[in-house]
Amino acid sequence: MTALVPRAARRRAGQLASFAEALLTPHGVDRYLELLDPMLVRKEIRGVVTEVRRQAADTVTLTIRPSRAWRGFTAGQYVRVSVHIDGVRRTRCYSPACSQYRTDGLLELTIKADPHGLVSSYLYANAERGMVLELSQPDGAFTMPANRPHGVLLISGGSGITPVISMLRTLVDEGHGGPITFLHYANTADDVLYRDELAELAATHPGLRVAFGYTHEHTGGDLHGFFGTEHLHAVAPWYRDAETYLCGPTPLMDAVRTVFDTAGLSEQLHTEEFAPPPLQLDTGNATGQVRFTHSGAETANSGRPLLEQAEEAGLRPEHGCRMGICFSCTKVKATGCVRDARSGELSTEENEEIQLCISVPVGDVEINC
Amino acid sequence: MTGLQDRLTPEQVEEFGREMDEIRQRLVADLGKEDVDYIQNLIKTQRALEVTGRGLLFAGFFPPAWMAGVAALSVAKILDNMEIGHNVMHGQYDWTRIPALSSQKFEWDNVAPAQNWRHSHNYIHHTYTNILDKDRDIGYGILRIDPAQKWHPYYLGNPAYASVLAFIFQWGVMLHDLEFDRIAKGERTWADTKEVGANMLRKAARQVGKDYVLFPLLTGPLAPLTLLGNATANMSRNLWAFAIIFCGHFPADVESFTEEETENETRGQWYLRQILGSANITGGKLFHIMSGNLSHQIEHHLFPDIPARRYPQIAEEIRASCAKYGLPYHAGPLHKQLFSVAKKLVKLALPWNGEPSDPKPTTLERDKDLAAA
Ligand code: FES
Repeated sequence: MTALVPRAARRRAGQLASFAEALLTPHGVDRYLELLDPMLVRKEIRGVVTEVRRQAADTVTLTIRPSRAWRGFTAGQYVRVSVHIDGVRRTRCYSPACSQYRTDGLLELTIKADPHGLVSSYLYANAERGMVLELSQPDGAFTMPANRPHGVLLISGGSGITPVISMLRTLVDEGHGGPITFLHYANTADDVLYRDELAELAATHPGLRVAFGYTHEHTGGDLHGFFGTEHLHAVAPWYRDAETYLCGPTPLMDAVRTVFDTAGLSEQLHTEEFAPPPLQLDTGNATGQVRFTHSGAETANSGRPLLEQAEEAGLRPEHGCRMGICFSCTKVKATGCVRDARSGELSTEENEEIQLCISVPVGDVEINC
Repeated sequence: MTGLQDRLTPEQVEEFGREMDEIRQRLVADLGKEDVDYIQNLIKTQRALEVTGRGLLFAGFFPPAWMAGVAALSVAKILDNMEIGHNVMHGQYDWTRIPALSSQKFEWDNVAPAQNWRHSHNYIHHTYTNILDKDRDIGYGILRIDPAQKWHPYYLGNPAYASVLAFIFQWGVMLHDLEFDRIAKGERTWADTKEVGANMLRKAARQVGKDYVLFPLLTGPLAPLTLLGNATANMSRNLWAFAIIFCGHFPADVESFTEEETENETRGQWYLRQILGSANITGGKLFHIMSGNLSHQIEHHLFPDIPARRYPQIAEEIRASCAKYGLPYHAGPLHKQLFSVAKKLVKLALPWNGEPSDPKPTTLERDKDLAAA
């Protein structure tokens, strides 16, 4: 009988919610609740910053309490974080660094301020307790299989540490039985993020080896210089029998990939880099003019994604991933038709938001850019 | 009626167009947090008024509470439809990328579904402003508001139709998108209206549901009073919106155009047509906000996608530009413009074609020497 109570209560809450929606149509309950407190929203996800920590010179670590619609994440995934900068809502993807089992339900994001990065510099400079961010549900397929591999090798560089430290913390929480090596690269000892946490984890979890590689120092680390096969032999000689998860700057990614490819182990290497979606481009049959209304630039449609066409026309539109996931390149299409080069879907509405990096003009278009 | 082309030399028209473009660029470059704060604060005010109004109606047995409730709710609906809805749906805040301010996502507190309205208003009316047979806002397909519309005995009822339309304006705006007149003329079939019609039913059901069923029921024994209150608020909004909108395009001195004279229009000519086809309403700051800044109809038609709060900032400059090129800049107080529209509605009920007193654009001299200006 007692088990029925919560269900009935939940049903009643659901009915109440849809009644409230009917009363507050067309704007919906969230548009009223957020005026009282932005964290009260029911459908959208917000996160309030509960703690700000600066571990290294240019990074900031935020602890965030997500609002009620948050459903949790899987280690390795990312969330889209939006902030409003000078009136414009800007969105970037960040991978939580905490364990997916974190019991207090909080989320931890570590953000490295990129001097050219609008959002990261903004968060670095302005994040404070009580700040409210807009969040998305988690996304991304850079995750470990539910049936955990026995040996796990986690390789990261710089701020790429976040998804893999999340995996590590998750494995430790699970009491993983197999060997784990956490190999992290930083320029110097001072740049290492999560040093204390990693030392603590290594001390409590028997099968874990944490190794730091300093690319710009010759002493003080477990390894020095850039990644190479000898580093693998030194810290994870069993790597051939393990699954490897990798996230970091492009040179590191390339170096690791080359080694694994040569060893015939590419199947066992998993990267955070999303495979660029196969874009269907038809440059032969492109027609029409592309007009960028704010700058006045105009170019003949080349059939390439609008981001490239804008850059060729001398513009520098904001962008991130260039593959349709981060929404940094979102602009308003004033008129005309564009095709989503991933799905082939056409967008013909006026004043519609499009992502420049994956949209190809079909005939004349005008972009507010 | 003087042809559009006869106004200024082609060079002058393009020069004028460039001036307008410059103003536009300047505004776009300056958009920022202030604009977002403005609209967010207005939304806050609107929501607060709405909640207050609905709340007061729970005490509707006490006449002052009922009246205050209706007043608050009326203002909330007017703000929602005009300064917020109309402007947000124009895409004036799309650059903020805030979903709640997105022209594609916003829905207003009005029976006309946003999606239908965006098509007929943003596209048809703003592109083909005051072009006979193209701009379906000329007389809304039921009134004779322009002497160039051919007279028919049906139009004897002109003033009566207009009065009825004023009271039920939101329904008129909704049905407008079915394009009955074009169906009657055979340019459109009933089948074409299927999707548009389905949108209408859904939206209207929700609107009617909250205003005439749910909120009245919630107030229990006061249900009839609440229903009456909500109906009054909807009606006040209808009358107000009707007045503002009719004064924006139909006072006597505003012009209309034919399809031929606007063919292959340049950007400069398009700007010119917007100026000639619109009229401003003069008034104070509050009046401008309540009218959704449609009192700056001229500026709005020049730059429909620039946040409306910017219109008063550029009005003087536009007026000066018009003076420089000898173009009219129609403006007058609400009562005067309303009277002018009413007179026109009555006159055009009769088979009168407007020739005798058609205002010859006095300010236009074909070869006006701009250097001398
Ligand atoms: S979505 Fe990331 S750059 Fe376009």
